[in-house]
Amino acid sequence: MTFEQAMDAFRTAFSGSILREETHRGELTFYFKKTDVPAVCRYLRDQTGFNFITDCLGTDRFTDEERYEVIYHLRNLTQAWFLRLVTRVDESDLTCPTVSDIWPAANWMEREVFDMYGVTFTGHPDLRRMYMPQDFEYYPLRKEFPLIGIEGSIPLPSGGH
Amino acid sequence: MGVESAFGEGYITTTVDALANWARKNAVWPMPMGLSCCGIELMAFAGPRYDVARFGSEVFRFSPRQADLLLVAGTCTYKMSKVVRKIWDQMPDPKWCIAMGACASTGGMFRSYPVTQGIDEFIPVDVYVPGCPPRPDAVINALMQIQEKIGQHSVLMDR
Ligand code: SF4
Repeated sequence: MTFEQAMDAFRTAFSGSILREETHRGELTFYFKKTDVPAVCRYLRDQTGFNFITDCLGTDRFTDEERYEVIYHLRNLTQAWFLRLVTRVDESDLTCPTVSDIWPAANWMEREVFDMYGVTFTGHPDLRRMYMPQDFEYYPLRKEFPLIGIEGSIPLPSGGH
Repeated sequence: MGVESAFGEGYITTTVDALANWARKNAVWPMPMGLSCCGIELMAFAGPRYDVARFGSEVFRFSPRQADLLLVAGTCTYKMSKVVRKIWDQMPDPKWCIAMGACASTGGMFRSYPVTQGIDEFIPVDVYVPGCPPRPDAVINALMQIQEKIGQHSVLMDR
């Protein structure tokens, strides 16, 4: 099976879910509905051999509608294929289904997206913050968050003298 | 032939301060805190080419209980600040601290939310070393300034 054949089969299987696709510098990207994340990812792993998730990340588009994006970078290690998946998350419903049960490597990546953007992954086994302290109240990679941080939001240790 | 042959059967007089400072000055045992890239230059400072053993500081202690100089080399994040502070609190008095590099001194190029803007926000610093990273000779110079500072110390200050 070539990459094109595999992608054609994918397009037919999920024609109702795929919103858009684009190719940039030979890399194919699919935009699809958030609710279909588990089905799409499971199909790609089991039927198309995308056995490795290299990255799962977020972006803040700072728009009124569908403000956040969750992006998946997939690889088929036997065929050396690359595929990018994008799904959009609206501010009114900051949730996204987890893929950590499909690729366990996504566990920490989703924690990072949660830490930086506040998107909660439903079904994630251990959704704690990744880098920032547990009691930190903000999501630092959101566009409205100031680069230097918010004074006093992370307490510094004080003197024992 | 020990030192006693030079003095014969006599004795020497000195002050407690002079004796204690002489001993402390020439055995400053650093607690290395290599937090990022400056840590590499810190290793060069300890290695054979720059050879800090010439100044009596070759014994890098990985237990704060046995160290009297905290050498913070690198970018200190807010999360790490609690660790650095804890290690500083565990070191016995008298103790000194060097902030090595732009990051430890001021936050350096990381003017951003996870990085403390200088370790002096939570521990006292005796000597700041500029540079990104500072050359090992600059760190040796900082050590010599610490030695000078120890020379002005009085045991009555130790409480
Ligand atoms: S001062 Fe420069 S070399 Fe040192 S830790 Fe910061 S960035 Fe790295």
